[in-house]
Amino acid sequence: MKIVVLVKQVPDTWAEKRLDPDTLTVDRASVDGLINEMDEFAVEEALQLAEKHGGEVTVVCMGPEGATDAYKKALQMGVDKAVFLTDPALAGSDAVGTSYALAQVLGTLEYDLVILGSEASDARTSIVPALLAERLGLPQLTFASKVEVDGTSIKINRQTDYGHDVVEAGLPAVVSVVEKINEPRYPSFKGIMAAKKKPVQTLDAAAAAIDTARVGAVGSWSKVLDATVTPPRSKGTIVTDEGSGGVELADFLATKKFV
Amino acid sequence: MDAARRALLPTEEAVALLDLTTELAEKELAPRVSEYEEAHRFPRELFRVLGRSGLLGLPYPEQYGGGAQPYEVYLQVVEELSRHWLAVGMGVSVHTLSCHALAHYGDERQKERWLPDMVGGELLGAYCLSEPAHGSDAAHLGTRAVLDGDEYVVDGTKAWITHGGEADFYTVLVRTGEHGARGITALLADAQTPGLSAAPPERKMGLRSSTTAQVRLEGARIAAERRLGAEGQGFAIAMDALDAGRLGIAACAVGLAQAAFDAAVSYARDRVQFGKPIIEHDGVGFLLADMATRLEVGRAGYLAAARLRDLGLPFTRQAAAAKLYCTDAAMQTAIDAVQVFGGYGYTTDFPVERYLREAKVLQIVEGTNQIQRRVIARALVR
Repeated sequence: MKIVVLVKQVPDTWAEKRLDPDTLTVDRASVDGLINEMDEFAVEEALQLAEKHGGEVTVVCMGPEGATDAYKKALQMGVDKAVFLTDPALAGSDAVGTSYALAQVLGTLEYDLVILGSEASDARTSIVPALLAERLGLPQLTFASKVEVDGTSIKINRQTDYGHDVVEAGLPAVVSVVEKINEPRYPSFKGIMAAKKKPVQTLDAAAAAIDTARVGAVGSWSKVLDATVTPPRSKGTIVTDEGSGGVELADFLATKKFV
Repeated sequence: MDAARRALLPTEEAVALLDLTTELAEKELAPRVSEYEEAHRFPRELFRVLGRSGLLGLPYPEQYGGGAQPYEVYLQVVEELSRHWLAVGMGVSVHTLSCHALAHYGDERQKERWLPDMVGGELLGAYCLSEPAHGSDAAHLGTRAVLDGDEYVVDGTKAWITHGGEADFYTVLVRTGEHGARGITALLADAQTPGLSAAPPERKMGLRSSTTAQVRLEGARIAAERRLGAEGQGFAIAMDALDAGRLGIAACAVGLAQAAFDAAVSYARDRVQFGKPIIEHDGVGFLLADMATRLEVGRAGYLAAARLRDLGLPFTRQAAAAKLYCTDAAMQTAIDAVQVFGGYGYTTDFPVERYLREAKVLQIVEGTNQIQRRVIARALVR
């Protein structure tokens, strides 16, 4: 079975981040980049499926030049090879543009299954898996907390607020996974050393037959008009209980629509 | 690890290895250390996690499944682990030491048979030299091994054994011949050997999540093919291993000192007295400056000795000096860290009191610091 796993390099969630005032996009140069946490679960699931059913795993990553940490981590965990799409024309692509670019890259590859994380910790749109499946004309099985593959078909548990749905489709298909699905492995030291010798194919927009008018800030359907910094946390209200504390607490919760 | 230290790492592999170590330490060790220390709980499963990532065989050859790393790099892994959890860093050092005799003195057949499992990550080792009555004076150890057919029959008690009762194999120094250093032989014992058992763990001042116990050998039959090196070569093997082991303890000490220092700096930046953070009062600032200096010098010292070893040059004196300096430095740094915290430092709500209890043992193990001075002084006589 040939599996493609998509990963994204994101700014460290825990680091102080800022927006570039000119482009209103995240200033990625000022923070450490790393693999999107949810994507580690996608990589783990791809590796487990390949270990169980045989086959190979290819990691695909799109990002600015030098943003190599995410796909390298996937290679260190055990993925066989990488395809890295990088082109200045892709900078500022929104989810629609990104899904088009990724679909073009997938068009150059053979695969039975595409796996990705259900959201990235930076933009959190959660929409790329669905957009991608649509562009590829493939079934989408999203928010998977369990994946079973049986020859030509795939069955997942689709995580919902109330439990899970069981969703089935034929292969090839696009699957997005949630954190509940597995426990991502740590790379081993040998895996890290081996990763350096694994093939990495770097593509620019032309090599993936990407029409640059449809990507980047120019080709995006959405535009960020304005951004403001989150105000610092206020101190909160201290209520001294002089007999009416319970009522005041209930009123507070009611105003905030908690009760 | 700061940028300056990263820049000094010798290879890209070393950078990746240290990054992996930090990730493992932050995600797996740091969240558990306090609870395990308090509960005297040995983190056997965490050694498996480290083992699967390849951290239990770093300085050994790749052909046996090791990481083929120079000591310069391996020791910094030990330091980084110790910064988050001394018992784990020291456990890795002890395990590595327990593989030393086989890796360096075993014959090809022995190495092919046992070394891959020992450095492969699933097994844990222990090193048995000390005895209840023979600590520093190891040359007079009394555990007796008598050859009976193709087996040694071993009787005696080994003391202060890190991983005693937890280990899968024991490198044991026994007496097969004459009195003194020349009658000692090294054996590699399986933990399942009938007649080999561990006493209840010692109740220690610190390092409580690391099991330390006596190991008893009562008519334990160990196959002669498990003898490492020649009969009578054991003491030389033990001393060679100890040179390397001392560097491991020096690295542990620097890791612990780094943890104490980081805690103290962080507290001193936040704690305000007389209208400004206490780090800006010279009384505290100078204390921290001395701590920082000891850290830099200690690390440079153990790394210099490690580089000598990596080049195949003699390093006994430098290893003793590094062990002596780094562990004394860790003790003083832990004492000073408690001082910086003031009353809070004396409570168990902050980790510095634990660092203080842990630092003490480093001045004792792998040769007391008095023995280190003797090693250094002797080297000066010749």
